Amino acid sequence: MKYAYYPGCSLRGTGRAYEESLLAVFRALQIEVEELDDWNCCGATTYMSVDELTSYALAARNLALAERAHMDIIAPCAACYLVLNKTQRYIRDYPDIKLVVTRALDAIGLKYEDRVRVRHPLDIFLNEIGVKAIAAKVTRPLKGLKVAPYYGCQIVRPYATFDDQRNPTSMDRLLEACGAKVVPYLLKTRCCGGSQKGTLPDIGLHLIRYLIAEAQMNGADVIATVCPLCQFNLECFQKEAGSEHHPLSIPVLYFTQLMGLALGASAETIGLRRSLVPVEPVLEAKEIAYA
Amino acid sequence: MELKRTIKFEADRDPEFARWISHTVGGERIRHCLQCGLCSASCPLSLYMDYTPRRLMHLSREGFKEEVLSSSSIWLCTACYACMVECPKKINITHLMYALKQRAIEERFYPKRFPIPVMAQQFSRMVRDSGRITESWLILRVFLRTAIWRLLGMSGLGWKLFVAGRMTAKKEKVERRAEIRTLLDSVAATRKELAL
Repeated sequence: MKYAYYPGCSLRGTGRAYEESLLAVFRALQIEVEELDDWNCCGATTYMSVDELTSYALAARNLALAERAHMDIIAPCAACYLVLNKTQRYIRDYPDIKLVVTRALDAIGLKYEDRVRVRHPLDIFLNEIGVKAIAAKVTRPLKGLKVAPYYGCQIVRPYATFDDQRNPTSMDRLLEACGAKVVPYLLKTRCCGGSQKGTLPDIGLHLIRYLIAEAQMNGADVIATVCPLCQFNLECFQKEAGSEHHPLSIPVLYFTQLMGLALGASAETIGLRRSLVPVEPVLEAKEIAYA
Repeated sequence: MELKRTIKFEADRDPEFARWISHTVGGERIRHCLQCGLCSASCPLSLYMDYTPRRLMHLSREGFKEEVLSSSSIWLCTACYACMVECPKKINITHLMYALKQRAIEERFYPKRFPIPVMAQQFSRMVRDSGRITESWLILRVFLRTAIWRLLGMSGLGWKLFVAGRMTAKKEKVERRAEIRTLLDSVAATRKELAL
C-alpha cells in the first residue's frame, strides 16, 4: 500500500532533518510513499486565529488531492496532523462548513468525499509494521542510550485514537524496539509553548525550561520529539532557558533520527549534522556507531 | 480622586456576546460548564493568565464582553488541547479560545505592535500569495512590524540555522497558485451569501 506523504511547511525549513530521517526510515522499512501532489499549507494554529472557515477549505484541498490519488495521508508534523483531522470531523459535524468547503473545492475542480485517512508516522510504524518487525531490522542497537520521549500537545490531543491522550507510549515502544532505554518523563505531553517564544518570550522560556530540566533530572542523554516546533523550541532556546546555577544542555532529536540510526542509515541521510546541540559526543560515549 | 464601581450591574452585560459565544462552532456546550476547574488545573499557562480558563468560560457565557476580550488569557492560549481532554462536559474550550481570538482581532482588542495578531495576519497573507509558508520570511516580516530590535538578538541563531541548512531565502510555493486564490475567494463569497 502506497501513502501520500504530506510534509508541511516546517519540514522544508527548520525541520529539514525530520523529513530526511523520516524518508530514510520509510526506505528501511519498505514503506512506499509519494509526495502529495502540489500540497498547500494546512493553516496551522495561526490561520485558525484569523479565519477558521477559510482554514477548513485550505486543509480540505489537501484531503481532496489525496482522495483523487486514492491514497491515505501520512502527516508527520503535529500541527498538520491535527488540522487535517479536525477538518475531517468538522466537515462531518457541521453542514455549513461542509457547504463552504464543497463549494470552494468545486471552484477548483476538486471533490472531498470523506474517504481518506490521515495518519501519523508513529501510528504507521506501530500498527502497520509493528514493534517485532522493526526490532528484527535493527542493525545498530541504541544500547545504553537513555531517551526522554517528548510527544508535545497536538499529536495525541484531542483526536488521535492510536494512543492514550494522557500517557502515550507509542514512541516509547518504538525506541525500545531500537534498543534504547526510555526514561520516565512525566511531562511528555506538556506544551512547549508553540510560537510563544517568538511572541511572549519570557513565558515561552519558562515552558521550555521545565521540559529540559525534567529530562535532565531523569538522566536522559537525549530528548526525542515528534513535532518540528517542539524540536526547534527545545533545541534552539535551551541555553537561554538555563541559568548559571542550572545550565541546560541536551541534544534534541526527531524520533525518526534515532530510528534511522538504529536501522543502519548514515549520519548524512538522517540529518544529524543539522543539530545545533551535537549528539555525536553522546553517541561516542555510548559506543554507538553513526557514520 | 477617581472612584469606580467595582461590581457590574445586570444591565452592563452584553447579551449579544453571550448568545454569540454559545453559537460559535464548537462552543455549543458552554452552557453545560460545571465550573469544576479541570481546565484551569490542566492548563500550562493558566498561572500567567489574568482570568483562568474556568473564569473565562463563565464570564463569556454571561456576556462580560469587555473583560473577556481584553483578557491576556486569549493570547496566552497555545491551543495545546489539555483542557479539552480533561473537560468532563466535553466542551471544546480550545475552539472557544480560537473564536475569542478572532473576535478580539476583529474588534481590535489588543495593544499596538502586539505580535500575535500581526503574526496571524502575515501568515494568512503569505498563504494567499504562495500557498505555503517559508518560516524565515514569516519571522522576518513579523519582527519588522513589531520589534525590529529583537531581530539583532536573533541574528546569531538565524545564522546557525542558515549554516545547518534549516533556513533558506528561497520561498516555498504551490505550483497552481491560482487554485489557492480561487479557493479563498470562493469561501469569502459563500460566507457573504449565507451571512456566516
